[in-house]
Amino acid sequence: MNQQPIIQTADLRKIYGMGDIAVAALDGVSVRIDPGEFVSIMGPSGSGKSTLMNILGCLDRPTEGKYILAGEDVSDLNKEQLAAIRNRQLGFIFQSYNLLSRTTALKNVMLPLLYDQNNHRSNEEREEMALAALTAVGLADRVNHQPNEMSGGQKQRVAIARALINNPSLILADEPTGNLDTKSGYEIMDLMHELHDRGHTIVMVTHEPDIAEHTERVICVRDGKVESDGRDGANHCAQPSPAEGRR
Amino acid sequence: MNFSEILNVAWEGITANKVRSLLTMLGIIIGVAAVIIMIAISAGTEATIAEQINSLGANLIIVTPKRGTPGASRTLLFSDAEAIAEEVHGITGVAAEQNTTTLIVKSSEAAFETTATGTTADFPDVRDVPVGDGRFFTQQELDRTAKVAVLGYGIAIDLFGEQDPIGQTVTIGTTKFTVIGVMAEKGLVADVDYDGRIYIPITVVFQKFAPSQMAGDRVRTIYAQAESQETMDSAILQIESLLARRHDVELDSPDFTVQTQQDIISTQEATTAAFRSLLAWVAGVSLIVGGIGIMNIMLVSVTERTREIGIRQSVGATPNDIRWQFLTEALMLSLVGGLIGVVAGVGGSWIFGASGDMRTVIVPTSILLAFGSAAIVGVFFGYFPANKAAQLDPIEALRHE
Ligand SMILES: Nc1ncnc2c1ncn2[C@@H]1O[C@H](COP(=O)(O)OP(=O)(O)OP(=O)(O)O)[C@@H](O)[C@H]1O
Ligand SMILES: [Mg+2]
Repeated sequence: MNQQPIIQTADLRKIYGMGDIAVAALDGVSVRIDPGEFVSIMGPSGSGKSTLMNILGCLDRPTEGKYILAGEDVSDLNKEQLAAIRNRQLGFIFQSYNLLSRTTALKNVMLPLLYDQNNHRSNEEREEMALAALTAVGLADRVNHQPNEMSGGQKQRVAIARALINNPSLILADEPTGNLDTKSGYEIMDLMHELHDRGHTIVMVTHEPDIAEHTERVICVRDGKVESDGRDGANHCAQPSPAEGRR
Repeated sequence: MNFSEILNVAWEGITANKVRSLLTMLGIIIGVAAVIIMIAISAGTEATIAEQINSLGANLIIVTPKRGTPGASRTLLFSDAEAIAEEVHGITGVAAEQNTTTLIVKSSEAAFETTATGTTADFPDVRDVPVGDGRFFTQQELDRTAKVAVLGYGIAIDLFGEQDPIGQTVTIGTTKFTVIGVMAEKGLVADVDYDGRIYIPITVVFQKFAPSQMAGDRVRTIYAQAESQETMDSAILQIESLLARRHDVELDSPDFTVQTQQDIISTQEATTAAFRSLLAWVAGVSLIVGGIGIMNIMLVSVTERTREIGIRQSVGATPNDIRWQFLTEALMLSLVGGLIGVVAGVGGSWIFGASGDMRTVIVPTSILLAFGSAAIVGVFFGYFPANKAAQLDPIEALRHE
């Protein structure tokens, strides 16, 4: 396959602090992810997974290195341009949902449309789109509920609907099941697979090997470096994981 | 985001915390209401002064001796008044005034100490103080120094109670006068109680009550009434050159002062100007305090809503979107506060005017001024917090608890 990668990074570095207390959260990460892939990122706590995701999600900028997203070098874009990329190209799913708490599910899902600088849709159009997205994640009956009236799984589904609304070329999820019980976690994973089957490119951070197992490719990160990258489930990840005994 | 979307988001932000929004607006409400009420009060005071001055008499020219003129050997004389009446064109009447010293005034009923005002026959017309009962004295009575008196409305009651004063006798000092008239009620004008005055022919004052031997026919004030507003200027010029000639002084260093009501209004206005600027300062400061209140709350709000800002940024809000959101919130708070303030200010002015003895005149431009200031205050004090919000880093904002 010689198609254009959706993600191409070269030697990404992220240094926190200066001088003696400087910490390299990322220490030279070069990855390539092609359209349609479903990739898990694993690694011990503090290894730099979230740091990498935030840079891939254009929420943060690397100290050094290049990041080419869908053919566009985003390393040197300004805040406005990054905001536009986040709005149109990316859907971010967080461990802690990050929904507006006193706003209905519908309005939360509509939020990215509000900041879409290219398409000025009417309010009716936006509501219709949000309703469709909520229906797709199985929440048609919760549109007018606020996040604080919902379970964790429901909240995460609202967040997924929000991530999908602008039909992004890349979905990034940082431990989307991290705050959920096993059952809701699997429901969310089923949803992620469904999205993958529909052609979405997904990069997901997880701590749990059995969840990573479901994805076709697993990247292991340790000390800010890519330790291994393989298509044989989570097996190649060297670190002893408490979940290993569980399997 | 288009305009209505920005408004919508800002409105949601404001209504999310209604009590706080209301408290924030309170500063602006008080500021705007204060500006309107303060201006209404000073406009009311001015209107009262203007009315009083106008009721001195229409198209009035007032001539007084200039106090402390170096080398001024002569002062204003009754003959000056006569000369003005004879020689100046464009005037309809001249009245001169000279008071007696303080004397005992007695009737059959009462006695007290006061001064009597010596004046001339034109006085009621020139000064716009009409006679209520009986008549004013005539030129003939003036010429023959008739011992007749016309009483102010109030002093007539003081001296004679229920009785008809006309035809009665009052003793002023040691001289007996026959009361021939009572003036209509006039009240207080520019601090002079017209109802408390006693008028006698000025010639009698010269004859009987001259303040000192040297005084002769000295007068305190000469009033001249111009035919119309148009003849005022020419009449003033004629009076000035006439008096300068008679007093043998240079026109540019006269020993007398010629004024109009307008001049007096200006002097009175100058005395209220200090008061007014103090009020304006108080009102302005309260608006600024209101603005600082908005800034304070907006800063707290930006800090509290850091996570919300991060969420909005993560789905594509640009720094500008965030800046507009918070700026619009601040502006909305101050405009809604301003609107309530206008209602409170107009209502407050009205209540002040209706209930107290303070007169208020609501000045339409003060409403614009106050409302406009509120808007400016909103933008000015809203910009800093809005900018702070706009500059937040998405990742740090999202991490904020
Ligand atoms: N804002 C920051 N300032 C300083 N150091 C930071 C900051 N954010 C992250 N780090 C450091 O960077 C390293 C990587 O952090 P990161 O959050 O990417 O780890 P992670 O792999 O996501 O961990 P976890 O699995 O616990 O979520 C850690 O050592 C962390 O202490
Ligand atoms: Mg993490």
